[in-house]
Amino acid sequence: MLIFDHSHPGRAAHAQLPPHDGALDDLPAALLRDAPPALPECSELDVVRHYTRLSQKNFSIDTQFYPLGSCTMKYNPRACNSLAMLPQFLARHPHAPAETGQGFLQSMFELQEMLKDVTGMAGVSLAPMAGAQGEFAGIAMIRAYHDARGDAARSEILVPNAAHGTNPATAVMCGYTVREIPTDREGNVDLDALKAAVGPQTAGLMLTNPSTLGVFEKTIQTIQKLVHDAGGLLYYDGANLNAILGRVRPGDMGFDVIHMNLHKTFSTPHGGGGPGAGPVGVAERLLPFMPVPVVIHDNGVYRNAVEADLPQSIGRMSANNGNAGVLLRAYVYARMLGAEGMLRVAEFATLNANYLMARLRDAGFELAYPTRRASHEFIVTLKKLKDETGVTAMDFAKRLLDYGFHAPTTYFPLLVPECLLIEPSETESKETLDAFIEACLKIKEEAYANAERVKGAPYTQPVRRLDDVKAARELDLAYKPA
Amino acid sequence: MPFIPHSDENIADMLAAIGAPDIDALFDEIPAALKAGKLAQVPPGVSEMEITRLMSERAEADGRYLNFLGAGAYEHHIPSAVWQITTRGEFYSAYTPYQAEASQGTLQLIYEYQTMMTRLTGLDASNASLYDGGSGLAEAVLMAVRANKSGHRRVLMPKTVHPLYRAACRDIVKNQKIELVEIDYHPATGCTVLPQDAEGCAALVIPQPNFFGMLEDVDAMTDWAHAHKLLAIALVNPTTLAVLKAPGQWGGTGADIAVGDGQPLGAPLSNGGPYYGFMCCKQEFVRQMPGRIVGRTVDLDGKPGFALTLQAREQHIRRSKATSNICTNQGLVVTASTIYMSLLGPEGLSRVARASHANTRSLVGKLVAAGAEQVFGGTYFHEAVIRTNVENARLLRSLVGQGIVGGYDLSKDYPELGNAILVCATETKTEADIERYAQQLGRIVSKMSEPPPCARK
Repeated sequence: MLIFDHSHPGRAAHAQLPPHDGALDDLPAALLRDAPPALPECSELDVVRHYTRLSQKNFSIDTQFYPLGSCTMKYNPRACNSLAMLPQFLARHPHAPAETGQGFLQSMFELQEMLKDVTGMAGVSLAPMAGAQGEFAGIAMIRAYHDARGDAARSEILVPNAAHGTNPATAVMCGYTVREIPTDREGNVDLDALKAAVGPQTAGLMLTNPSTLGVFEKTIQTIQKLVHDAGGLLYYDGANLNAILGRVRPGDMGFDVIHMNLHKTFSTPHGGGGPGAGPVGVAERLLPFMPVPVVIHDNGVYRNAVEADLPQSIGRMSANNGNAGVLLRAYVYARMLGAEGMLRVAEFATLNANYLMARLRDAGFELAYPTRRASHEFIVTLKKLKDETGVTAMDFAKRLLDYGFHAPTTYFPLLVPECLLIEPSETESKETLDAFIEACLKIKEEAYANAERVKGAPYTQPVRRLDDVKAARELDLAYKPA
Repeated sequence: MPFIPHSDENIADMLAAIGAPDIDALFDEIPAALKAGKLAQVPPGVSEMEITRLMSERAEADGRYLNFLGAGAYEHHIPSAVWQITTRGEFYSAYTPYQAEASQGTLQLIYEYQTMMTRLTGLDASNASLYDGGSGLAEAVLMAVRANKSGHRRVLMPKTVHPLYRAACRDIVKNQKIELVEIDYHPATGCTVLPQDAEGCAALVIPQPNFFGMLEDVDAMTDWAHAHKLLAIALVNPTTLAVLKAPGQWGGTGADIAVGDGQPLGAPLSNGGPYYGFMCCKQEFVRQMPGRIVGRTVDLDGKPGFALTLQAREQHIRRSKATSNICTNQGLVVTASTIYMSLLGPEGLSRVARASHANTRSLVGKLVAAGAEQVFGGTYFHEAVIRTNVENARLLRSLVGQGIVGGYDLSKDYPELGNAILVCATETKTEADIERYAQQLGRIVSKMSEPPPCARK
């Protein structure tokens, strides 16, 4: 049932109506609408019950193991939420004078300092509101840097073919053309191809390390030198920062600019699709170009540095202060972890991934890169299973839902056939991982015994497999009563 | 080790299964030279009790102010149920609903949200959200340039659009060689004056209400845009759409795209975010829309269900040819907004809009009586521009001293307006609140316009 099915003319959540009303008699009739918008007319209980019930139709970290590769679905501590929602923080207007929000601003400043340290960068701006916006800010800074040097012929951004789709899409939004670099058999950037590709047209290389294939780019020092020698800059996509947090710093690897996904590594909620936060970190030479606002400590007062303070800034990503409330959650998380806890994040995320990988391998699952260590994630390929039973990675993923596990990432990266990208994260226990392995084994047995059973999954969810073709062909994007 | 459940025995068993002597060995593919030293700027970890105390102290130090500041972020009452349900773990800690069968809660909610937004804007389709109003306007500009077959890359941007929206929009689109052409406003009315021609332009942005709070002649502007073969982009405040004409009804054929910030619909001010950008459009432009979109379909048994659709527009499929690079959006805030709109309903949202309008009229009346001047003639909605003979920074600082956040200082972006500030009074303000602001403003204005004591001899 939709909320609109609960609607009855004249019903309302009366406690929510403002006590006073007002007239619109001073406004020209031509600018007013004829009738109020057809929003649902419901009691407060109708609404509470409807959305509580909808929530129960979701998988979530709080209810299920969620080994979604490249997404870092770790526990989102409750304290981060409750402390970011203290009434004074919620009431703070973004344009209120700085002196009325020193507590909030100090927390932002300290978050910047901690992120600088843990990534080895010279400066951090919290402005970007998600990973893709962080990428945009990063590539825009690379452009601004080359432009400021009069080095305007650089027109190309290099992206490994295993990269997230946001990388090439971002490069285009910044006015660059994209050249893809292939991957070698071991899952590394193909160095020969990279050598052939770099040149005076190279503005930069975007790299995720550990990569989306779940392995550390062993030749990062060579890659770094190749790109820098050609005059290009090195961009670090922080999607997999959780794998190396506190252990290896992107700045020490030679990256000039990075983004971090705080909704991954710093455990702010994914929220069913956001809000995230994608702060950017920069090396010394990119400091003047950081997006605004950046929080500075100026004469004993914390305040936002704006365009006037940073005249070469690439500018703003939003009208206000980015996803400030999300940043506050990340701050609380970072303080609870502390230096020691941050190091443990990478260690235990890596331990969990390697354990899961070893056990699945021993159980007969084929690894995409069997000679490599897992980072905090790894890839299983179900090509053999598909060839022998017809059961695809998608079927396997859907059947996992019936066993009470969220599916791993499927069909990404695109270059591994029938792949499952599995990332357990550090907050899951051995017992949970063991139960997941058990479920994978059962599904594999089912595939050989009764492939149709697996291909018809899931059976236990609110709906069975959905008709995506119909969804796209017969667009129904908004409810219209019959 | 906060949030890590492993016992020593677990660790030993797991390492044995891997065949590694210790955890360090799992990092043996990383060149040793890259191993980081000690973190110097990250303090030792603290317990939940300690961090609670610290954050509570910071929050109390920040305090609470009587707020008359709007300028794109509005203080409205948010029903308790909104964030209590929104922060249920099943919404809060879920991922993007790519696995549709395990995400029907979020997907149905977004479908309901899209429906509500199409009803507010009078347009055919809505996406699932963008980051905020400012970056949303940039996406609307990019979309209009793609959709307008002329290939023109200039967009007309009134100066009555929020200056920070214009800045964000410019900074996001500039690398794609798109030029924003500013259009002036009439000094007496604070409303946009349409230019002589639209040479080389693809779209016109139409703010309603505009940044000064004034109501623009949206019908004439929409028709003018269409007469010049431009797309009409409506930049609107969703609360006001409860009573103002929907963009889909503007002029002869309606605006083509509507965009704005969803913050007024249930998102707390929270120092500027997270909010979200909403975007709606006519059916013919759906395939040019950025961001996620949910559609209703059926499952294998013919039962209705919901799924992300038209994904061929998006970066994870189309990569460098996507309509935008956006991936993560502002889903949780949309969850809050959907619950907010359901609780308020048509009557509630209309009353919020009408009460905010009435309170702002009352505020302007009292501030003028206390010595301020109303800058523009004409009709405003729930914000207005006033001017005093006191320098803005001094006035606003003095008001803060009295516990009042008095408004948005316009002197930086609109120096031609003198000591002008933008004020707002939503439904959250009482007559006593408004009276208090007027009294304090009156006191400050009369005191500061007196000559300093040394000149009195």
